[in-house]
Amino acid sequence: MAIRERLSGNEAVAYAIRQINPDVMPAFPITPSTEIPQYVSTFIANGEIDTEFIPVESEHSAMSAAIGASAAGCRVLTATSSCGMALMWEELYVAASNRLPLALALVNRALSGPININCDHSDSMGARDTGWIQIYAENNQEAYDNFVQAYRISEHKDVRLPIMICQDGFITSHAVENIELIEDEKVKAFVGEYEPEQYLLNPQMPMAVGPYATSPFYMETKMLQNEAMIHARKVILDVAADFKEMTGRSYGFFESYRLEDADYAIVMIGSAAGTTKEAIDELREAGKKVGLLKIRVFRPFPGEEIANALKHTKAVAILDRSEGFRAGGGPLSAEVKEHLYDIHASTRAVSYIYGLGGRDYTTVEAKEVYRQLEDMIENGTNIPQYQYIGLRK
Amino acid sequence: MKDTIEIRWHGRGGQGAKTAALLLADVAFKTGKYVQGFPEYGPERMGAPITAYNRISSFPIRVHSNIYTPKYVVVVDESLIGPVDVTAGLKEDGAIIVNTPESPDEIRPLLNGYSGKIYTLDAKEISIRTLGANFPNSPMLAAIVAVSGIMEEHAFMKEMETSYHHKFAKKPEVIEGNMNALKLAFKEVTK
Repeated sequence: MAIRERLSGNEAVAYAIRQINPDVMPAFPITPSTEIPQYVSTFIANGEIDTEFIPVESEHSAMSAAIGASAAGCRVLTATSSCGMALMWEELYVAASNRLPLALALVNRALSGPININCDHSDSMGARDTGWIQIYAENNQEAYDNFVQAYRISEHKDVRLPIMICQDGFITSHAVENIELIEDEKVKAFVGEYEPEQYLLNPQMPMAVGPYATSPFYMETKMLQNEAMIHARKVILDVAADFKEMTGRSYGFFESYRLEDADYAIVMIGSAAGTTKEAIDELREAGKKVGLLKIRVFRPFPGEEIANALKHTKAVAILDRSEGFRAGGGPLSAEVKEHLYDIHASTRAVSYIYGLGGRDYTTVEAKEVYRQLEDMIENGTNIPQYQYIGLRK
Repeated sequence: MKDTIEIRWHGRGGQGAKTAALLLADVAFKTGKYVQGFPEYGPERMGAPITAYNRISSFPIRVHSNIYTPKYVVVVDESLIGPVDVTAGLKEDGAIIVNTPESPDEIRPLLNGYSGKIYTLDAKEISIRTLGANFPNSPMLAAIVAVSGIMEEHAFMKEMETSYHHKFAKKPEVIEGNMNALKLAFKEVTK
């Protein structure tokens, strides 16, 4: 029997951490992810888990300690947001290139400046090419479910890559909502024990971690890293299938909502997808054929699957919650368009930026996007192919 | 989202408006509803205006935006009336509850022509009387429950007692005062 509760997104992730009882958590606080290490250290103080909590003096040290602990053979996590992740930059690459399984509970927040504590995806989107797996959530339930699945993906022998479990700062991290939790023993059985094949503290099999790679060897390590990312595709789906068997809740690379017969679609990531679903239901009642494709897995990018799920539509709006500063749209828009091109889709694709620094996105904005797409196709109206939603007038 | 009740709280950082919104979500959850309780922060500091929100529904809640046309507004700090447009979007068939020693008739001229129901409660006075300090959020929580009818009084008190025993496990001496504050507020909130 599932446990019916109401928790904030941060509480939900902390609850999963308590159930998993990882070996080591180095962490440094930053809004809005601070509550996660706070809750975990309370669980430790109460004797509920025996995770080794390492209070460090910066995020640079948090990720360094996490790398060290993972290399030693431990199951490790940390949590951060925004500038905290920016300070981990060098280590994000080190973790991925050393093929170290590791979970990062990322609570998405805008990067400075101007300094801002609220949600956008500029922190994790900036880290999209670091070699980490990235999975995103619409609400507290998905943040919890994704974290329960995280180690099975990250530690899989064909993958061995660090994983970022992302949720929207404040919007889901600090919002109390209904949630269905899984019993402790089921989570423990699902996640299992971590038994690394190779690790630094194994005297039977000495190894080096993080040595210098000369030019004749460096490139092959990158190719192998990418191969691991390719393997992650199957593992993510296999783990999701097992998770569905346990909970009945279904996950894939992305969620399609009323998309099958849609003429116009929005593609987006995170909490705003729920708001878009509400707008879709209202527009469908008025006879509009509109739908949504909500990205769950951004790394590895399921480009071909996304393109095939969209190719029947007349037009799609790709909504980025981070600016790419390529003077032409955000990162999600670039990647979706690339794959639509690859399959020779005739679908028109328009790029939008929304929700930066916590700017609100409502059903009104969602409906306006669909209206613009329809206007472009039905009336041949020229609409800006790259625009901002909800700017101050 | 038919049947969803939307509530907006106005307070100042440190007064507990966010906590009150989360407690209201708790209470509604106990009645079997789907709930949301969430804050909207501006600058992070004590005393800055903050807004918190609740959605309460019989169906799963998917919307993750702020609330612009609430059924109810709760003003935890009277000094926000004026600097903040507290009745913005407030439904005429809804209500606003203000923490003030003044009467609803005295408050009405300050509310930009709002013609719906106005309730007032001297939450500061109740809090000082029962807790010896100004913590207006507990009385205002009781007031919104009384006005909205989300839960009947007896069940609400029972739930809150359990909730306070959990929340104040390390300082049980404040539980009785908080319970008294709720009881008084339930009675004294006036139209």
